[in-house]
Amino acid sequence: MTTHQLVPALEREDAADPFVVAGETFTSRLLLGTGGLPSLEVLERAIAASGTQLVTVALRRMETSTSGPLLDVLDRCGVRLLPNTAGCMTAREAVLTARLAREAFDTSWVKLEVIGDERTLLPDPVELLDAAEQLVAEGFAVLAYTSDDPVVGRRLADVGCAAVMPLGSPIGSGLGIRNPHNIALLRESVSVPVVLDAGIGTASDAALAMELGCDAVLLASAVTRARDPEQMALAMRQAVEAGRLARGAGRIPRRWNAEASTSMQGLPDL
Amino acid sequence: MQITINGVAADVDRHITVATLVSGRAKNRRRVAVAVNAEVVPRSQWAATRLEPGDSIELLVAAAGG
Repeated sequence: MTTHQLVPALEREDAADPFVVAGETFTSRLLLGTGGLPSLEVLERAIAASGTQLVTVALRRMETSTSGPLLDVLDRCGVRLLPNTAGCMTAREAVLTARLAREAFDTSWVKLEVIGDERTLLPDPVELLDAAEQLVAEGFAVLAYTSDDPVVGRRLADVGCAAVMPLGSPIGSGLGIRNPHNIALLRESVSVPVVLDAGIGTASDAALAMELGCDAVLLASAVTRARDPEQMALAMRQAVEAGRLARGAGRIPRRWNAEASTSMQGLPDL
Repeated sequence: MQITINGVAADVDRHITVATLVSGRAKNRRRVAVAVNAEVVPRSQWAATRLEPGDSIELLVAAAGG
């Protein structure tokens, strides 16, 4: 037995396998969205259980929001804020929202979302690329929510996005990763971090994302709408860690036929 | 004078500054973002930015979201 096997897996991963995006280092590879939780108390417990260090927030009109308490909770959790541009449908709206978020939250990081269709909430790649290019030029660290198209992913990386965040399936659908092959191809085609964002339904989906080579997973609904958000947050944390470890360990090749793990040598003649 | 704040018509003092408007409406000026006629007004310019009749103001804060 080698010595590293004696070290608990979580410690080993924290120590040796940090997640680096836009020059910042995180020990957690799980990003959490804050939308959809029944209360701030549940949010705080879910964040703690998830181990996340990076959470998304939106920007909304003052009257409709309970901003102060939300930010107090996030401060207390010690997490970094990742403002999103949720609800934007044009590059112009998204760029303006990112600039406003930078003012509000003192961060030049943005989860860039430009939605092209209200029914599916699928990204509009043309508007997205336009907005990404503008925001990168303005000094933003752009984490771009995109479709699972490897070519679009490469184009986003080429214009300077800090991370490319392909969907597994539509936002909030819980349908998991509908095209694992595209996610793996996208991972191969860019050098910036790839974060699987949207569509995660349960822990095995998060593990699969990591096994496919994603650097991190961003999810919200899978935790916030679970019957027990805190327990699901812990499940997601462990799934991301397990998937990451499995990816690093190297899965066995798939075979059509069985391959016995017990030797036939010395088989008694009974 | 009449302006629009977050989509709602409002009557405010003539040529009120953004800083004064925000102070009157936000408990915590920190973490508020302001757009006037779809342009960002940076915090450093709030005190110097006077509103005009018909201006459309967006006062934005954090909200939970994915």
